[in-house]
Amino acid sequence: MYRGKSITQLREELDSEKVTPEDLFSKANQLAHYFQDDYNSFVTIIDKCKYRKSDSKLNGIPYALKDNFSTTGILTTASSNILKDYVPVYDATVYKKLKDAGAILVGKTVLDELAMGGTGTTGHTGVVKNPWDKECMIGGSSAGSAASVALGIVPFSIGSDTGDSVRKPASHGGLVGFKPTYGRISRYGLFAFASSLDHVAMFARNVKDVAIVTDILKGKDPNDMVTLNDDDKCYADLLDKDIKGKKLFYIKEMCGKDAYKDIDDKDLSEVISTFHEMLDKLRKKGFIIEEVSVDKTLLEAIYPTYMVISCAEATSNNSNLTGIQFGPRGEGNSIEEIMFDARTKGFSELIKRRFILGSYILQKENQEKLFLNAGRIRHIIVDKMNELFKEYDGMIAPCSGGPAQKFESTSEKLSDRYLILENHLAIGNFGGFPSITVPYAMIDDMPVGLNITGRVREDDLVLNIAYKIEEETGLKDIYSKVGDIDV
Amino acid sequence: MYKVVIGLEVHVELETNTKNFSSAPNKFTEAHNINVSTVDLGLPGILPIANKEAVRKALLTSMALHCKTPDEIIFDRKNYYYADLPKGYQITQNTKPVGIGGYLDVIVNKKIKRVTLHDIHLEEDTASLEHYPKYSLIDYNRSGVPLLEIVTDPCIESADEAVAYLEDLRDVFLYLGVSEARSNYGQMRCDVNISLMKETDTQLGTKVEMKNINAFNSVRQAIEYEIKRQSEILNRGEKVVQETRRIAEDGRTYSMREKVDAIDYKYFVEPNIPSTPVTDDFLYELKKELPELKGDRYLKYIEKYKMSEYDAGVIAKNRKISDYFETLLDLGSDVELSVNYVTTSILSTLKKLEIELEDLFITPEMLSGVIKQVKDKKLSLDAGKKLLYEAIDKKIDPNELIRKEGLSQINDKDELLKLITSIMDENKEVVRQYVEDGNMAAINFFIGQTMKKSNRQANPNMSKEIISEELERRKNESK
Repeated sequence: MYRGKSITQLREELDSEKVTPEDLFSKANQLAHYFQDDYNSFVTIIDKCKYRKSDSKLNGIPYALKDNFSTTGILTTASSNILKDYVPVYDATVYKKLKDAGAILVGKTVLDELAMGGTGTTGHTGVVKNPWDKECMIGGSSAGSAASVALGIVPFSIGSDTGDSVRKPASHGGLVGFKPTYGRISRYGLFAFASSLDHVAMFARNVKDVAIVTDILKGKDPNDMVTLNDDDKCYADLLDKDIKGKKLFYIKEMCGKDAYKDIDDKDLSEVISTFHEMLDKLRKKGFIIEEVSVDKTLLEAIYPTYMVISCAEATSNNSNLTGIQFGPRGEGNSIEEIMFDARTKGFSELIKRRFILGSYILQKENQEKLFLNAGRIRHIIVDKMNELFKEYDGMIAPCSGGPAQKFESTSEKLSDRYLILENHLAIGNFGGFPSITVPYAMIDDMPVGLNITGRVREDDLVLNIAYKIEEETGLKDIYSKVGDIDV
Repeated sequence: MYKVVIGLEVHVELETNTKNFSSAPNKFTEAHNINVSTVDLGLPGILPIANKEAVRKALLTSMALHCKTPDEIIFDRKNYYYADLPKGYQITQNTKPVGIGGYLDVIVNKKIKRVTLHDIHLEEDTASLEHYPKYSLIDYNRSGVPLLEIVTDPCIESADEAVAYLEDLRDVFLYLGVSEARSNYGQMRCDVNISLMKETDTQLGTKVEMKNINAFNSVRQAIEYEIKRQSEILNRGEKVVQETRRIAEDGRTYSMREKVDAIDYKYFVEPNIPSTPVTDDFLYELKKELPELKGDRYLKYIEKYKMSEYDAGVIAKNRKISDYFETLLDLGSDVELSVNYVTTSILSTLKKLEIELEDLFITPEMLSGVIKQVKDKKLSLDAGKKLLYEAIDKKIDPNELIRKEGLSQINDKDELLKLITSIMDENKEVVRQYVEDGNMAAINFFIGQTMKKSNRQANPNMSKEIISEELERRKNESK
């Protein structure tokens, strides 16, 4: 059996020559095709096994890559019509590192168009479905990358996380999703959404696996000026350190026992109660966990702040999509008309809405009030976190107000649940903090995750804490066993 | 008569190995789309890498022009759509330019004019477009080339001032070695903003903008044409339209587009380039590199060394020549002789051999040795020049030649008299012509003969003196 096995397990089988990399690829390929119609994880499934032998821990391990990483000679669409035929001529650093490590690419995964969105429903090739329940979203934007791991097709996959685009779908897919410190992994070749918030992140089914993948991907890249010098640590070797006395906080206004006591929402109250049950278990394990209070207005400002900054940067970042250098050429009698036509046809309404917002936010008369103020609020939030991190080693919180939503459901966007509990993960992007999602409970047979966010550059500690939490959840290495296929 | 108000925006391409934000080569080439990287094409996923050398040269220029330097280097995005702008934004500096304020003193019609600057900022060039009747082609060679933009205040009042400023500014670039600034290659380009106002007006008139003028002469033509055109409009009591005009081959300007509203470029700080602090240590290091500039040297030459304006201009024009000249002086060479040798022998040799100063065989040390011989009257000025040409020819130190060939001058009066007496004795007829007919040409004849017989070693001035005295003596004797 291959399906659902972790990197660590497959490594053992490869090393003992029970299986070959070609076997693993062929099984992953079979699974990818088998689930494609029902779940739509992939934009492109690779049918030819290409791998380079190395002595890395990922040698011969299949994986999936979000379709917004540049891959030479392989179609890369960002799930947008404007890039539907775009074949890159250079490799993203992440892809190159994985190739060099001998990991085998199984496919390029579906995302919300241009990585903007959190539903997995807006890609140009269709909706991605949640492997735990086909009626539900898996969330996004790294929807296909999440689904491919949650279906057991691959042991790990790469995504990008600008607001919560890996850590949120990880929660809905019963996965571990890790976004290291900003600059830990090069963004070169990742199609930019909001540069100051964009992170490379990854999915796996246990903490050790994400640590192994991070060890391969991290490091200074001359092609990305914001990358950090390597900390020369092997995260996978530092997971089992004793956590006794490590201090975590949760925010009362976000997930305190009584935070939503006036709201009649079954999922929400289950999330809160299971979360606090988990906290008790963790306290018994030796963690010190305390409640802190943060100004609610600040928490409510996270989502609008995120929208303002990300839409503004996205408008500018996607200005290269004009059909002039690449992409479908528009029609018209002047350069302006040609670009106008290409962009009108190339983007969905949702994207156009964000671009118009971004453009509005950046206009001279609005910059101060919207864009620059959002930047200030971002600073205030980050400062508040850093102040708390002086005393605490990390923040712990549920990833969302409930398990994955049904496709037809709509969120009340101004509710506390939506404003605070559904969108707080952007804090990790504001400050570039290392942040990880770990599944901690099942609610009505659907997984829910909790999140640990820690100090900048202390990726090893965040992974260490997550690893210890994982020991208490009983939800390590889970995946959805749907489908009648035995490989 | 109207008061003319001109502001200039000069774009100069900086000389660096690679482009401003990519690793593609930064060099001029006739072949299209050769020096291009993924970054210059604005492909999805690319990131800019700031060029340290470009930043260094930008700061150096900023300091040379007395600007205020920023505490950190950051860049901004200028967002607009055009076919020559592959990313859909240009990386430039808006929040913290490399230079604020500053000035350049230029000499216009023998007076010093201080051109004050608004700011200097570092940015990237666009791709270049070639338009054909049914299509246009894009050449990305220029895309991302480091570009320094120097913006003056509206303080220039004539075409003469504008052109003098441009010429002196180019010499600043050349002095600093930041750009070759060849306008025929588009390495230095100029936007001209010009408006007219009555002497009594307190507000500036409506400005007209002319973009991307390469040749300085075209700048002059465009300004002169606009002054005439705008004066005529105002004389008719009409209003000048705010617009962008272009200069055509015929020296006239033509309307390109009316400026309805200024475009909102939606500037914001480039998030992919982390801020780099500009430390005092770094500025100190840069300051050490900063040469004394042309204008200061020119004034020094005139005031301190009492050189003619012409000579001062010729030597100060080129930094290498000027450095060479100043090295001569540092070696203790006589100023007048140094000026003479540099402006004649050295410059003519460079021109004749079509070489650069650094390729010239004669070092300042060698030349100063020769100048010393001349100063000490051991060598005539002309003999010194001939000696230099011989040295260049043979690639032998001229001082070595002096030693080897005994080329030192005969300055011994007795020795010269002995030689001259013997020559006169051999040419009694010529002596007679002087003595009896008063033929003054005899003097030159004997100088020639003396030089010939002495292998050009005779001191010509002394020889001339002795010959005159001797001929006079013989004349008196014969009476």
